[in-house]
Amino acid sequence: MIAEAGLAALWLAAALALLQLVMGAVSLTPGRAEAGLVVRPVAVAQGLLALFAFVLLIWLFWMSDMSVKLVAANSHSAKPLLYKIAGTWGNHEGSMLLWVTILGAAGALVAIFERRISERMLRATLAAQAAIGLGFYAFLLFSSNPFERLAPAAPEGQGLNPLLQDPGLAFHPPTLYLGYVGLSVAFSFAVGALVTREVDATFARAMRPWVLAAWIMLTLGITAGSYWAYYELGWGGWWFWDPVENASLMPWLAATALLHSVTVLATRDSLRAWTVMLAVVAFSMSMLGTFLVRSGILTSVHAFAVDPERGSFILALLALYIGGALALFAVRISTVKEGAQFEAVSREGALVGNNLLLTAILGIVFVGTLYPLAAEAVSGEKLSVGPPYFDAAAGPVALVLVALMAAGPLMRWRRDHAATVIRRLAVPILLTGAALLALAILAPGMSILPFLGLVLAIGVAAGSLAPLWGRNLRRTPMFTWGMVISHLGIAVALAGMACETAFTKETLVAVRVGETATVGPYVVRLQDVEPVAGPNWTALEATLVARRGDGPAVTLRPQARSWPSPPTQTSESAIRTAFDGQLYTVLGAQDEQGRWQLRLWWKPFVTLIWLGGGLIALGGLLSLVGRVRRERRYHDRIAYA
Amino acid sequence: MKRPWLVWLPLAGFVALFAIFAAGLIAPADRTIESKLVGQPVPAFDLPPGAPGRDGFSSTMLASGEPRLLNVFASWCVPCIAEAPVLMELKRRGVKIDAIAIRDRPEDVAAFLARNGDPYQRIGSDTASRVQLAMGSSGVPETFVIDGQGIIRHQHIGDIRPENVPEILAKLEEARR
Repeated sequence: MIAEAGLAALWLAAALALLQLVMGAVSLTPGRAEAGLVVRPVAVAQGLLALFAFVLLIWLFWMSDMSVKLVAANSHSAKPLLYKIAGTWGNHEGSMLLWVTILGAAGALVAIFERRISERMLRATLAAQAAIGLGFYAFLLFSSNPFERLAPAAPEGQGLNPLLQDPGLAFHPPTLYLGYVGLSVAFSFAVGALVTREVDATFARAMRPWVLAAWIMLTLGITAGSYWAYYELGWGGWWFWDPVENASLMPWLAATALLHSVTVLATRDSLRAWTVMLAVVAFSMSMLGTFLVRSGILTSVHAFAVDPERGSFILALLALYIGGALALFAVRISTVKEGAQFEAVSREGALVGNNLLLTAILGIVFVGTLYPLAAEAVSGEKLSVGPPYFDAAAGPVALVLVALMAAGPLMRWRRDHAATVIRRLAVPILLTGAALLALAILAPGMSILPFLGLVLAIGVAAGSLAPLWGRNLRRTPMFTWGMVISHLGIAVALAGMACETAFTKETLVAVRVGETATVGPYVVRLQDVEPVAGPNWTALEATLVARRGDGPAVTLRPQARSWPSPPTQTSESAIRTAFDGQLYTVLGAQDEQGRWQLRLWWKPFVTLIWLGGGLIALGGLLSLVGRVRRERRYHDRIAYA
Repeated sequence: MKRPWLVWLPLAGFVALFAIFAAGLIAPADRTIESKLVGQPVPAFDLPPGAPGRDGFSSTMLASGEPRLLNVFASWCVPCIAEAPVLMELKRRGVKIDAIAIRDRPEDVAAFLARNGDPYQRIGSDTASRVQLAMGSSGVPETFVIDGQGIIRHQHIGDIRPENVPEILAKLEEARR
């Protein structure tokens, strides 16, 4: 019954989405405005129904109802409860249901809270949101029904990919999806603004919190995903330029650009067409990412099911929404008046620079990700694009962007003078120079990108704090704090990346029990290797005793795990975090002489990468709260600054 | 807007992208890996016996005048168990199969063959994966079609499934010519 109720809720939600689209569109025609009265309530009901269906699917996974095909294929009664629940979205159908649930819920939230923009534009926005939802409901109901029954019921489920059986999985995909789908609201706002020809500062202010919220989620999702890959895959790397990783990076880059251009539009009423374009591009990148991941069109270490029929369905949706929005853009944008003007040396100018550089990086990642596909389609040639391309092409642009990031916030709106900006930046520039000299002397022979990265990180960390100098910190608006902390986070993450790239020590040794190996500052002794058993796996567990100089001994227990269902081997790394880096250990196979392979890394300051990611997201959160509070306050007084 | 055509550029770019995606979906990427060693002689090797009571196995034995399969396998490899019945079927159809056991112990190989059947004429033991790497094979199981002159004619990556049997037989027939 539960599965049928879920399916019914989905059909009903789809019908409401259709109603929302039709009534929203009708209300835009002259003299039919009253048709739009139902749009808000319908949007709320649709969101609730989608949420209801999703909760029912979680329930089915929780109960391990093996008469439901999806549960039988992806769950197992012996699985820990957390992973049963996480299994709900760890598969194609469940993740698509999560996608429409967030889409519906986002629409409902817009319907409930959005009071700034005109009612016409709101209806157009909600109609656009319903149009997106409708396509994905159709996708679920016609080709990916999560509630399909299995007769007779399976006696036992077929497990879950053990690599995915990890706390990271429980939170990583939902966070990313919140980000992806949060951008749908920006997209719908852009469509609404184009349809009603109301591309202005009010539109930007309405859109901004959504862009911020989605961007925070994307930041958290990417940071968490990077850490998950780092400790779970046992390869010791934190970014692989894998297509699936790029699929999450591209929306983030677009959203970051949008975040900055929307501020220009909200504050200065400039960059109108560009902001609308970015809003369309950002969500397009989200859908593109979903398409790339779900269609299996690109080969990736994240092996998802390859299914051409589903791929074609998502591609059709992509054509409809992206093509439609771009066509609307082309038809309507010429009727949008040019916004306010500004000088090249100004806050706006710096933000335009930020946008151009971010777009350039986005282009580089986009080309690198899709080039193999294009090359095969055109010439039949098979190739892959890897880190050498991405690092060499995106790295230098990213460094220029980071440098600009320090200068931008110190510039005045409308016009400023280069000399005064440089004077305000005197301390960071001096610090950068000092760091350059110190590093060149202390760590000669560093390769150029990490070297410049580390130097810049130091200067930019100082520069990012500069907007706070000489201000009363208590009266500094929360969103200024947010910007400062986010920018500081970028510098911190950059420092972590540069240190990890330049100073990592790695050893691969074969040792007997009782023998030691040295890596970086640590001496590691293999004390024991013993079998251990978990709820649904068995493993060989090494006991390593690591000692740093005369410091206390610490114990690490890396495992080589075997999973019976499906039969898989994974290695569980064991990590010791110190204040200045991580000792990363992996247990390998035993050789014929009875020695154990150990893979040991010393990664100085690697934790800064994720600390930086966290700071960036925290800054976003402060900014979001600060903006929303200020908008509320002004709104209550019915006056804008 | 001075250049009205410019606003259509994003849409044009997307249409091009769409065409590439559609092409990629209609003709799914051919994921078979064409070995650089196809057309080359088998690299020279001389391996000790892979199972107790069998002879050693050297590359010179492959130039026997008749095409044969060279199966790279291991007793510890799970897909190899799945592949075993298919190899037995190929043997029943008169295909000559030799094998190289990778990082294995002769007694384990013997137990594997006792459990899953023994389709092999010769088995060499490659304890350090040296021959495997020289052959351009990166995992187990993999199977090479070797013609009568000891030239590699085809490489099959992964286990041979029942649906691959016609292809393997066709490649053997090709190698006969």
